[in-house]
Amino acid sequence: MAGQEQELGMPVRANRPGWQAVASLAGFAAAAGLVVGLAWDSARERIADNEARRVLVELSAVLPAALYDNEPHRDMIRLALPDDEPRQIWRARRAGKPVAAVLTSLAPDGYSGQIRLLVAVTIDGRILGVRVTSHSETPGIGDVIEADKSAWIGSFDGRSLGEPEESRWRLRKDGGDIDAITGATISSRAVVAATRRAMQYFRRHREDIFAIPAGSPAATSGD
Amino acid sequence: MTVPASTGSHREIFLSGIWSNSPGMAQLLGLCPLLAVSRTLVAGLALGIATLLVVCATNALVSLTRHWIDARVRLPALVLIIAAFVTSVDLLFKAWWFELYGEIGLFIPLIVTNCVILSRAEAFASRNPLLPSLLDGLGHGLGFLLVLAALGTVRELLGNGLLVASLPPGGFFALAGLIALRNFIQHKRTADP
Repeated sequence: MAGQEQELGMPVRANRPGWQAVASLAGFAAAAGLVVGLAWDSARERIADNEARRVLVELSAVLPAALYDNEPHRDMIRLALPDDEPRQIWRARRAGKPVAAVLTSLAPDGYSGQIRLLVAVTIDGRILGVRVTSHSETPGIGDVIEADKSAWIGSFDGRSLGEPEESRWRLRKDGGDIDAITGATISSRAVVAATRRAMQYFRRHREDIFAIPAGSPAATSGD
Repeated sequence: MTVPASTGSHREIFLSGIWSNSPGMAQLLGLCPLLAVSRTLVAGLALGIATLLVVCATNALVSLTRHWIDARVRLPALVLIIAAFVTSVDLLFKAWWFELYGEIGLFIPLIVTNCVILSRAEAFASRNPLLPSLLDGLGHGLGFLLVLAALGTVRELLGNGLLVASLPPGGFFALAGLIALRNFIQHKRTADP
């Protein structure tokens, strides 16, 4: 019978010293750490690969394939400069020469939380495309910042910091030149500001962005 | 084999999780993932497989170490073991079933809160040798998987024409139908043996 050990297993050993309970728990914690470590070790590379492939799909939405001949989804740096928003940046090159970059941008001021963007910009500072990669705006109202819900996000294509003038890179009702989505002013404002910040960042750090080798420690420490 | 148990009792242990003690239909445990993920057959199967892996691995490890688990820290020790296996399964899914992970990814970490797993580890594996514990895990894991797959099939079929089937209420109705069916069969069986 399988239940025969019922009285053998799990005896109450109340008179045992307390450190034994602690030691037993510590042993299980160590074993748990080992199991997770082994799983992480065997899965790590494939997970990175999968993420890179998903990134490639996202990048191809803003980066015309005819523009570059490298692998932008592998040519990635994480740049955390002092006093500046940390960003992930993918570089597009053609024959070794920089042609465009895709920058992440975070809008902390969406209607209900953060909005994450990808901003693709050519080397001479013109927008190739902007896409929202994650948000939690109201379905049916604020979610029209998504490319497949409305064409609004496409209105950034071809713009640069001179077009409109930098001081007018804001919504019309804030004294700028950019139309808001009806009913979603806060979401629109957040996206416009985050896009403008990404463009200004690119202008400030363009040289560094293309000079740092992919995955180098300098790219992560941000010197 | 060190366990001199009859095949009959092993069979019973295995089958109990699938029918008489089924987590989804009899014990009504783990309903949250059951209702949330059973929208399609594939998603249901995937979460079922993930749960099956966790419950088997947990039962095996708990059974093997049952004499070392100090009774006073039994629950934290079990939770640690379960958490470790769930995290591992989460990583493995992310690595090998990435497409599927996008669909059910949110629910894999939540397996840790599935009472089926803790209840099997606590009620069975911590008191029984390896082989029966493994069979018990396999039975309950498969029982959970079958319910998920059955619900997924029904809801996917109905969902194409009947929108409500793919919404949360549809999950409740489908599960209710499944439980009623099981009770009906069970009654028939016990009525005329």
